[in-house]
Amino acid sequence: MLQADFTIASVEQLNPTTYAFTVDCPPMAEESWCGRFVHIRCGEKPLRRPISICEIDKQNGTLKLVFEVRGEGTEWLATRKAGDVINILGPLGNGFFPNQDKPAIFVGGGIGCPPMLGAAQDYGKNAEAILGFRSKAQMILLDSFEKACKRVAVTTDDGSFGIKGFVTDVLQERLREEPDAVVYACGPTPMLKNVAALCNAQNVQCYVSLEQRMGCGVGACLVCACKTHDAQGEHMRHVCKNGPVFDAREVDFDG
Amino acid sequence: MADMRVEIAGVTFKNPVITASGTFGFGREYARLYDISRLGGISCKGTTLHERLGNPAPRIAETPSGMLNSVGLQNPGVDAFLRDDLPFLASQDVVVIANIAGSTEDEYVETIRRLQGSAVDMIEVNISCPNVKAGGVSFGTDPRAVEHITKLCKSAADKPIMMKLTPNVTDISEIAAAAEAGGADAISLINTLTGMRIDVNSRRPILRNNTGGLSGAAVFPVALRMVWQAANRVKIPVVGMGGITKWQDAVEMLLAGACAVQIGAANFTDAYIPLKVIAGIQEYLDAQGETCVSDIVGTVRPW
Repeated sequence: MLQADFTIASVEQLNPTTYAFTVDCPPMAEESWCGRFVHIRCGEKPLRRPISICEIDKQNGTLKLVFEVRGEGTEWLATRKAGDVINILGPLGNGFFPNQDKPAIFVGGGIGCPPMLGAAQDYGKNAEAILGFRSKAQMILLDSFEKACKRVAVTTDDGSFGIKGFVTDVLQERLREEPDAVVYACGPTPMLKNVAALCNAQNVQCYVSLEQRMGCGVGACLVCACKTHDAQGEHMRHVCKNGPVFDAREVDFDG
Repeated sequence: MADMRVEIAGVTFKNPVITASGTFGFGREYARLYDISRLGGISCKGTTLHERLGNPAPRIAETPSGMLNSVGLQNPGVDAFLRDDLPFLASQDVVVIANIAGSTEDEYVETIRRLQGSAVDMIEVNISCPNVKAGGVSFGTDPRAVEHITKLCKSAADKPIMMKLTPNVTDISEIAAAAEAGGADAISLINTLTGMRIDVNSRRPILRNNTGGLSGAAVFPVALRMVWQAANRVKIPVVGMGGITKWQDAVEMLLAGACAVQIGAANFTDAYIPLKVIAGIQEYLDAQGETCVSDIVGTVRPW
């Protein structure tokens, strides 16, 4: 973990509200693995913005960070150009550790897709991905997923691309064919809740990457709380330190 | 080079910069970024007699030049603090301030009793938490209640106690005087100002607790004014905090009468802020030809 200024090597706009930065940050790339995140200072904003790591290139010392414009902080970030310097704290969080001994299904919803790309790349060519978007116009990273995975399914809410429906519709079908699979998921909370419920019902191991309003990013301030339960009882874990990846069976999505 | 050491209630700090309770955990996380023994002191996460899970999320909302939080005193309890966290801190060559809170008088007293004989250097008593239903701030808004709880805490402690005051009162100097009358060895202020944000689309408060405590640069002028008023009223040391984001703010606090400062929300913007503030104060003192940081405390010349 470190906090330092790094240069943006390139900027790509993926859809009207989503941007990809490739950041030249060798010491940070060295400590990164899939599913971890970085905390970026956005101009004069007092709070940093947590952005998941999409792709890691240790050889070139770069990280690809994909983010969606949600408010003033990310709006500021979206106006950065190649060559600009941004202050990054990271890499942070526990990340994904895909189980190589079992089939893996990576499920991403909207801006939850970027961390799943890194996880699928880490797992290798036999990865399967199910990606959900509101419509074709919001779709991101499809080419990269197709390169990384043996099979990619896309769902859209309005049917403008791929299958009309939700990622869980496809997941249910895939789990029938691959009941031994492990599921890794990131996306909006209602999607994660449904993915987790489906997996729990079929006794499928499932890991979810959660999002929460965050403060320090390192586990000191305890604001990004996530209610979990296990054999020892109920806990308030923290997305930045204990997560962002949690065993879906332990997460109280309504907590 | 000017002497940066300060003494508060018999405890010597190597410099006047302390990280504020609730923003720095028990030190372990930021110790991964820098040597925390460079700090003057660490005020630990607010600790209660028993473990508390805290409030549901969201617990934080950004505001113009600041933030609201409503953690609700999540902490592992005083016994877990003594067992799991204090040994690490005690090995770090930094002043360790335990920060404690309770929802009843007995809880305050019993929590302080359990710290007897421990490696804690000082106890900061939080009578100003705006985010818990019972206790906290209700002990801190009435001068008689402040004097009473201070007396109880003082009689249970074998270490200096510093009462942490709330700004959500009409007259801060009355509250400061009540803490002094109750036997406090020092006071610290300000805790957060109660505030609120609403999501205009969902028409719901952003915080699940509806309201929370405002901190960050936005509160600095209010904090400075209150520190100045309190320092003018009492003889015991005053530790100033509230919205310090740069060394100039810290120097203003010292000039207003604070013997030391605490830095909270600014840690989230820049993890290295406490070190930058320490360096900035040192350079200021040297440039001003001062030999000792204590010499500038309270030297503002009011109109």
